Amino acid sequence: MNKWVRQLLPFVSLVLIALVLSVLEPEKFLTWSNLLNVLRRSSVNLIVAVGMTAIIISGGIDLSVGSVLAFAGMVGAWPMLRTGGSATTIQAAIAGTSAGIAAGAICGLANGLLITKLKLPPFIVTLGTMSAFRGISYVMNEGQPYNVPDYTWLGSGDALGIPVSVLISAALVAFSALLLRYTPLGRYAYAIGSNRQAAFHAGINVDRNLIAIYTIGGLLVGVAAMIATSRTVSAQPTAGITLELDIIAAVVIGGASLSGGSGTILGTIIGTLLISFLRNGCTLLGISTNVQLIVIGAIIIAAVAVDQIARARAD
Amino acid sequence: MAASPLPASDFVLQMRGISKRFGPVRALSDVSIGVRRATVHALCGENGAGKSTLVKILAGIYPPDEGTIELGNQRCLFAAPADAHGAGISMIHQELDLAEDLTVAENIFLGAEPRGTLPFTIDRRAMTAQTERLAAQYGFPVCAGAPVRSLPAGDCQIVEILKALRRGASLIVMDEPTSSLSEAEAVRLFEIVRQLRSRGLSVVYISHRLDEVLDLADDITILRDGKVVCSAPRSGLDVRALVHHMVGRELSDYFPQRAWVPGEVCFAVRGLSTAKEIHDVSFEVRRGEIVGMAGLVGAGRTDVARALFGVIPAISGEILLEGRRIEIKSPSDAIKLGVAYLTEDRKRTGLCLDLPCYWNITLPNLAVLGMDHFIRPGREAAVAAETASRINVKWGSPRAPAGSLSGGNQQKLLVARWLLAASRFLIFDEPTRGIDVGAKREIYSLLQNLSAEGRAILLISSELPELFGVADRILVMRGGRLIGDFVTQETTPDEIMHLAAVE
Repeated sequence: MNKWVRQLLPFVSLVLIALVLSVLEPEKFLTWSNLLNVLRRSSVNLIVAVGMTAIIISGGIDLSVGSVLAFAGMVGAWPMLRTGGSATTIQAAIAGTSAGIAAGAICGLANGLLITKLKLPPFIVTLGTMSAFRGISYVMNEGQPYNVPDYTWLGSGDALGIPVSVLISAALVAFSALLLRYTPLGRYAYAIGSNRQAAFHAGINVDRNLIAIYTIGGLLVGVAAMIATSRTVSAQPTAGITLELDIIAAVVIGGASLSGGSGTILGTIIGTLLISFLRNGCTLLGISTNVQLIVIGAIIIAAVAVDQIARARAD
Repeated sequence: MAASPLPASDFVLQMRGISKRFGPVRALSDVSIGVRRATVHALCGENGAGKSTLVKILAGIYPPDEGTIELGNQRCLFAAPADAHGAGISMIHQELDLAEDLTVAENIFLGAEPRGTLPFTIDRRAMTAQTERLAAQYGFPVCAGAPVRSLPAGDCQIVEILKALRRGASLIVMDEPTSSLSEAEAVRLFEIVRQLRSRGLSVVYISHRLDEVLDLADDITILRDGKVVCSAPRSGLDVRALVHHMVGRELSDYFPQRAWVPGEVCFAVRGLSTAKEIHDVSFEVRRGEIVGMAGLVGAGRTDVARALFGVIPAISGEILLEGRRIEIKSPSDAIKLGVAYLTEDRKRTGLCLDLPCYWNITLPNLAVLGMDHFIRPGREAAVAAETASRINVKWGSPRAPAGSLSGGNQQKLLVARWLLAASRFLIFDEPTRGIDVGAKREIYSLLQNLSAEGRAILLISSELPELFGVADRILVMRGGRLIGDFVTQETTPDEIMHLAAVE
């Protein structure tokens, strides 16, 4: 019973926020274009958050997602610059997108290898790579962005009347949910996060599974990086600063425990949308972005507090 | 049972008519118990009989719904553990609550440090001196400056006892104090308990080990289903009576009888050594045979199991499974070859306590179930439930977290895991530690059924009665070497103990 309350609470809050906004600002909030806009803005965070969910379930954390977002975007934009002339060719766009995604995956792989082979805490490793990847992004073009004016389809294009980025994030979210629920990798993520020693004694190759989880997390950040690059038609070395905090907040609001072993993709979707709708609502109501920070901070603490109280009751 | 009631003289503690409910569950009903001055009062009963609830009420952790507590002749009401401490009652929990990174002296004086001359400072020299004086007074061998983390389990218990004495305790409650101790440490603890008694302290002693209860106690109270079924001086009781009161069964049922029909050699180890822990260990286990392994804690028994299961690397020696030489470099290798290891600490290295029961059963078995690429949760739960029902696991639902089960059922969950894996050779490391008499008996018959099905079993145990009750042969380890291999019927507990404990 309590478990259900815990899982429902973020969802109920989400519905409440939507209801309040619909009443206060019916003309602005309840429009197809505004809702699509919120989803479009959420898509980057959502993609990063599902990867983070798997990492947090496995008992880890990835603080480097914001820096990887910038780095993968820079790597991905680079091939598109070198085609000469004014227009980026389709081939260059595909090559760049693939390069960006691969760069994300390689960053994740590096995190995974450092964590497992050197037996370092994920917090420390990703704190280090957060700084290192950010530095590389600045070094690449001396702190300047790479502009890719024709690379628009991924970020602002539509397919079947729905933004491409929303479709991609929906597909990746579904893929991740299936991965967590129906594959041994997903199951082992829960087992490792719940009790790493027990997982090892049950014959699970802990290192290999953790490396896979961090690599997939990095790959997802790579996809998000290309969407973000396309949306602003430039790869910014400053992209994604403090992104890790928003992402971890969304996953935690969604019910995952930072001590590992629990969390769901559904929870993370709700957590991410909750933050997005709050931001959107505050903007529509004319609340400044500075005050938004206060509201979101309060929500994070409230969500985790409710979670703790529910757990204490359940015990 | 013809046991005379306790003489009503000289009680330091009397709990009368204590009742406690948790929601619909009646944990204690009308429990009365009197503890005499300078005695050891043992509290026995199966898990769930209400022992823990009773001592938690005594320690001020729970308030009773009904009933009174009298200390001396004064009525007390404990709202918090600090009240109980103030009244001279100290509790030593099964899982010791020491700050591992602090020193012995810092732990003993935690929260009551002697003040230095400057404000906000601690007089460390006085603290060390007082600790040493206290330890010397009782003849306890502890080093005041040693970090608790560096101490063996037995010494940690001594630190807890000193902490209680420092608080001026007149009554010490010990909950399963020997469950994590080696035989030698346990013997030393018994001496300490006797010494406390001779200095006028009373000890309430909770234990599953009936031999030690009979050895130590002056008075024994037995709880069953939240009620007192017997409270009498030790002199009127024996093991048979204790078991009878605790479970309502006779001792002859305790170790089920069976014939020893060993088959082919299933598992053979020759000259197994690891870097530090074990040296040149050789033995074999036949199909349908239960081989016990005795030895003190630290003798290398668990390290043999860990080397055989690929947890620590072997540096020499060979392992043969049904005549074939095998290589085991990781638990995953061992499991694929049909070797199973039920570790001694099921909470730390066995179960994922917050994950569903059926996940815990299938965890190493997804490949066996043909689900190594894609899990079908419905079928998975059904198979797990079917396996669990074969050995009578009691759970609310297969989806309930493993941590919600009792100790015995958690252990059975792990047995179900290896049943599903169709393991041919099973290593049980202290399988009955911390579980109650009824569940123990079930584990024993489970071991026998597994061996009757033709599996080979290695049973590591610190309880000699258990080895003599269940094992066909007994191996003895000391100092990382295998120094004895006996047919159970041709040896005695004295011989095994002597070999294991004497240099």
